[in-house]
This record gives sequence, structure tokens and C-alpha cells, in this order.
Amino acid sequence: MREMISMVVVLTVLTAVSGGLLAAIKSGTELRIEEQVLKFQKAPAIAQIFTDVSNDPLAERFNVETEGTTLQVFPGKLEDGGTAVAFETKGKGGYGGDVGLMVGINTDNDQIIAVRVTTHSETPGLGARAKDDPSFVSQFADLSLEENLDLKNNNGSIDAMSGATITSQAVCLAAIQAQELYKKLKPEILKQIQ
Amino acid sequence: MAQSLAKEFTKGLWAELPPFRLVLGLCPVLAVTKTVENGLGMGIATTFVLVFSNLLVSMLRNVIPTKVRIACYIVIIATFVTIVEFLAQAFAYPLFLALGIFIPLIVVNCIVLGRAEAFASKNTPVMAIADGLGIGIGFTLSLGAIGLVREFLGAGTITIWGGTPVFDMTSVFANFQPFGFMIEAPGAFVALGLMLAVMNLIPSK
Repeated sequence: MREMISMVVVLTVLTAVSGGLLAAIKSGTELRIEEQVLKFQKAPAIAQIFTDVSNDPLAERFNVETEGTTLQVFPGKLEDGGTAVAFETKGKGGYGGDVGLMVGINTDNDQIIAVRVTTHSETPGLGARAKDDPSFVSQFADLSLEENLDLKNNNGSIDAMSGATITSQAVCLAAIQAQELYKKLKPEILKQIQ
Repeated sequence: MAQSLAKEFTKGLWAELPPFRLVLGLCPVLAVTKTVENGLGMGIATTFVLVFSNLLVSMLRNVIPTKVRIACYIVIIATFVTIVEFLAQAFAYPLFLALGIFIPLIVVNCIVLGRAEAFASKNTPVMAIADGLGIGIGFTLSLGAIGLVREFLGAGTITIWGGTPVFDMTSVFANFQPFGFMIEAPGAFVALGLMLAVMNLIPSK
């Protein structure tokens, strides 16, 4: 009996201390990790989407509130005088968790400029091609936001990557989510850009 | 005391060098040694976990009941692995991306659990730290060495830190063609096997 109690007590104390320690370290590093993700994931994606902007989308980023969550928006001034925005959405149901997708939209004609995959944990060589090989995500370029951004077998206009249907579906879900968010938040976003 | 402390430390560097002498912990050895930088990064992460888990296991060795000792060791090891994961994300993000799934997998690295069970649970904290440091540094240098062979042959470069190569074959021979096989997974087996063969030519004692 004494042994039983000591086993329970030791394991409980150990896991409790471990949980507390990890929570403290997580909140301590959170801000820095966010900065690093911005620098190494979002910044390269934005640079590839906005190839010819005259401003610094990273420095001019602003937040838009939507249903309790905050959407980080990166504005871009296009060479032809138009404006564009980029923001990130998370596609649920990838092979290794959510797939982050940075979507750039021209606010003048509501067309997608380009999209790029950011954070993901897909299989290298299969799903990870969504990020490494831009031929899949380049299908989204210049599509109108009125278009169905789903895969072709769901009556959409996007060809899935062979061998990586689940990842392709997650990317499409992220794009559709971006489409809906943009339609809902466009007035708000335009107000903030001015 | 000082002599046995030195002995515990140096055994990890040669006589019990993990990947070559004990042939343990081969999963990260084969998977992350594409470049010297990745190998060293993985080694440092493992050393951190090894030293702190050894210290904790040794300090608690009279408190932990024998029947649940493995569960306790895993909790301790997993805690430090998660700390390493947070720190890598916060301070070495490109390395975190390169190592990917292999950082969380340190939890099931048999070197870490093996040292906790075979050494730290029977020795004083100071000895346990010496043991962890020795094995960890030996592991780091081994990973670096395999990374050096694979990167040098497979890509013609040597990258120690920060993603920029300190040496590039193309600057010596302009038409250098890398032996790409060494970067692929089968090349890891070949590199490890050849290095093991060389190590076996040298007596361990």
C-alpha cells in the first residue's frame, strides 16, 4: 500500500512540475517564436507574392478583428498604383496537421495575385512539394475570387498534386477560407489601408 | 574522485562513442547528417537533454519508485526535449526547420534513456553530469564527422553554422560535380558503414 501511494505521489508531482515548467517556458518564448515565424516563414512567402511592391508590407502590417480572432494583414502598394493585401489562413486536415497559406489579393479587381504555403508538417517529397515546388500553388494565380477554389473533383478549378491529394485539399480549404474572410472583411481592410 | 570523474567523461568520447562503438541512436545519425550544421545542431540538442535528464534522474534516484522508474524517466526526458524544441524555435529557427520531426524524437533516443537507466540512476549527480556531457559531446562530434563526410562528398560544401558554407569545392575546381548519392538516405548507411569499418581498425582500449 505504501508503495502504491509513493508511486502515485511521485508521478503526479513529477508531471505537475513538468507541466508548470513547460507552460512557463512556452509563454516566455512565445513572442520570440512569433517573430521568427514572421521572419522565416511569412516574410519569404510575402516577398514571392508581392514581387513588385513599392512599400514594406511587413512594416506596415495591421490587425483586423474578426469573430474574436485577430487577422494579421500585410498591405502592398502595386507598381500600377493599385493596392493589394496578403494574409495567412490555416487549411485544416493536412497530412501532418494544418497547412498555413499566405494569400495575396489585389483589392482593385478582387483577383488573387499569388498564394504560397508557409508553416506545414507535410511529408517531404510528397505533400511538402506544395511549398518546395510552386507549380501547384501557381494555379491560384490570377484567379478571380468568384471562382470555386476547390479541387477539380469537387467541381473546383484546381488540379491536385499527384500523390498528395490530402495536402492539396488542405491548401484548397485554406484558399476558400481566405476567399470567405476577404469577402467579409474587405470594407474593414480597405478602411485600415487608407 | 577526480580521476573517476575524468574517466566517466572521456569514455563517451572514445571507448563508448555512441554511434561508432555502441552503434546506438542511429535514427538521427542516419537522418539529419546531410550537412555538418544539422549534425552538430542535433548533437547539441541531444547533449542538452542528456545532461539535464541525467542530472534530474540522478538527483531523484532515491525518490523514484523502481516500478514506475521508466515512466518517470520518460516524463523527465520529454520535458527537456520540449524545452529544446521551444528554444530551437525561438533562437535557431532555420535549424529547427531542418531538423523537423527529429527534435521531438529525441524522447525515444535510446542513448538518453539508456544513460538514465544504466548510469544516472546509480550514480551521484556530479558523475551523472560528467557522463552525460561526455556521451553528448561524443555523439555531437560523431554526427558532425558523418555530416562532414556526407556533405563534402554529396554537395561539395562544408557548412558549420548559419547556413552559409565555409568551404565550397566549386571555388577550387570550377567544374566540380557532387556525388549526390551521399546526400540521399542510402548514402547515410554507406557513410556510416565505412566509418564504422575504419573505427573497428583502431582498438577501443
